[in-house]
Amino acid sequence: MSNLLEVRNVVKKYGDYVALNEVSLNVPKGSIYGLLGPNGAGKTSLIRIINQITMPDSGEIILDGEKLQPKHVQTIGYLPEERGLYSTMKVGEQCLYLAQMKGLSKAEAKKQLDYWFDRLGIQGWWNKKIQELSKGMAQKIQFVVCVLHKPKLLILDEPFSGFDPVNANVIKDEILALKEQGSTIIFSTHRMESVEELCENIALIHKSNKLIEGKVSDVKRQFRTHSFEVGILTNNVEGLMYDITQKFTVSPASFKSLNDDLKLNIEIGNASPNELLHILTQRGQVTHFVEKIPSINDIFIQTVTENKKLNSNN
Amino acid sequence: MTFLSPLLFVAIAVFIGYLSSMKAETKYIAIHDETGLFASDFLKENKKGAEFNYLNLSEANVNALKDSITKENFDGLILIPKTENVNDLSGKIEFISNNSPSISFIENTQDVIASKITKINLEKLKLDTLAIQKAQSNVNIHLVKASGEESLKGLNEIKIGIGGAFGYLIMMFIIIYGNMVMRSVIEEKTNRIIEIIISSVKPFQLMIGKIIGTSLAGILQFMIWAIIGLGLMFAASAFFGVNVGPGTNIPPAMAQSMQQDFSGIVQMGLKEAWNLPIASILIGFVIYFIGGYFLYSSFYAAIGAAVDNQTDSQQFLLPIIMPLILSVYIGFFTVVNDPHGTVAVAFSMIPLTSPIVMLMRIPFGVPWWQIAISVSLLFATFFLVVWFAAKIYRVGILMYGKKPTWKELYKWLKY
Repeated sequence: MSNLLEVRNVVKKYGDYVALNEVSLNVPKGSIYGLLGPNGAGKTSLIRIINQITMPDSGEIILDGEKLQPKHVQTIGYLPEERGLYSTMKVGEQCLYLAQMKGLSKAEAKKQLDYWFDRLGIQGWWNKKIQELSKGMAQKIQFVVCVLHKPKLLILDEPFSGFDPVNANVIKDEILALKEQGSTIIFSTHRMESVEELCENIALIHKSNKLIEGKVSDVKRQFRTHSFEVGILTNNVEGLMYDITQKFTVSPASFKSLNDDLKLNIEIGNASPNELLHILTQRGQVTHFVEKIPSINDIFIQTVTENKKLNSNN
Repeated sequence: MTFLSPLLFVAIAVFIGYLSSMKAETKYIAIHDETGLFASDFLKENKKGAEFNYLNLSEANVNALKDSITKENFDGLILIPKTENVNDLSGKIEFISNNSPSISFIENTQDVIASKITKINLEKLKLDTLAIQKAQSNVNIHLVKASGEESLKGLNEIKIGIGGAFGYLIMMFIIIYGNMVMRSVIEEKTNRIIEIIISSVKPFQLMIGKIIGTSLAGILQFMIWAIIGLGLMFAASAFFGVNVGPGTNIPPAMAQSMQQDFSGIVQMGLKEAWNLPIASILIGFVIYFIGGYFLYSSFYAAIGAAVDNQTDSQQFLLPIIMPLILSVYIGFFTVVNDPHGTVAVAFSMIPLTSPIVMLMRIPFGVPWWQIAISVSLLFATFFLVVWFAAKIYRVGILMYGKKPTWKELYKWLKY
């Protein structure tokens, strides 16, 4: 799969402060790409460079095989984290204006607006002023504005903040629909559950450096602990424990279960799961046997805290 | 507001015109003249509808008169003591009143007494006053330019008037609409919409667009004001019969002498107006108007980009307003005295002051090469400042919540 966006060794400094240190990213075409990182990691700096709001001090950015140029702003849609619209301007006029700045003709912009307003069920808002709308409603308008010109690359900075669950779901469905239509989406957020749900690829930026990048499944494989959650009904707990602790590391576990079973966390290391299963089945009835897959959230916290330890050791 | 403003303006003008056209209350001035020489001259001033009515009370007791002033029977009392020689009177004549008199009243009183003393002196010297009057002569110098065009005196006032009016117009426009540019930049920052816009267009484009857009809006607004204002002015003066033009509050004596000169001035003025370089004045106005406005509004835009709210902008606004005020002062004092002197020429070259100072010089005739240098300097500076402002803009628009210092602004230039 070819990459729509390649960021190569980008460095950005503000005075003495290094906001981005040799950051490289590859965003595959047609994917939803999660850009993760704690506050102040440099995500927004990177997004602003991709949007050509600021220039990198060194490094380059390749969009769709070409070096990033001013004309590319028309192929990028951007939903900034700091939302804002002209508060005294009418919704319709405002959307037309912003769409025309992205290179749409007035007629085309009108057509697209009708489509989106219809789709999101907000036809009646055309003549309202932004200040008359609630925050969530204004967010919807802002989302429409950034997708009107059918961007090849859509950059969404915390797209769900400010939405209630119903509207968040509406927007999520729209994002997935846009992906189906071929858009590539960069998705910057702290909300890990939406990353799990939507993203195929992620990158983790921390303290101006990229720490992790890859397919979600690859990253998870990289961070797997080879441990299993086990539930077992047995009469001979001591015998069972003796057998297992001979070979594996065991710790108590807690998960929901309908049975009054023994709950364990078992790290099997390089051994095969079958080996463990074999021992278990000899000693009782297995009710639960699941590999513990690290969540993105776990990976995020683990990486960031490990990095902190590293830094403090140095 | 665009349409209401001229209405308000005209309403105020009509109101002022109405107020100043109201007849002032007649004031009664008592004259106690121990010399007996001057009272009759004051009485000659008594006319119907005049502001002051003089009464000769030379026979009355001085203290009684002073009492009646405090009791407000009279508005004022002129006390002329007896001296051996009328020439000793100066400094001894008193005017007593409860309220301080107007300057024009005092001048008028002094004039009446002084001319009487002069007349007495002339008679004492046995000089024929008529002959002296005849002997006095007025000289009019005929001004001719080296290029051969004829020029008249009195013209200078017209030149100053035209140059000053245009210069003043430019200053007002810059202050009002420069502020508008700044406000709109600050508004976009506080709205946070700036990030969306700036991801679509370059800061330089956004700023140029904003300046041009605001100036076109401003010119349109100005024109609407001018047209509605003028129309209403005519309608109002026809309807109310009130003279709303200037000159309504000029003291009668001055107005009279003006009246005499006026027809002469009008004739001369009309003749002279044709000799003025009208084309170069108008073209100069348009060029300097655009150049000056662009230059200053790029400063305003940069300030808007650097600050977070209007109150923070004050510290940066002062250095911008100063050259504007300076150029108006230079225009009205230096240019008027010596339109082609070193100071006037220098300030008509400096880009920050040239739009106003040069405009005021143009009616006096400026060599074309000076205009060429001044205009190219102006526009060169404009582009330099826009470039500079776009730099500040690029960094400043995305900075929130911090009041920048001059030092920081310098740092931003290097980003």
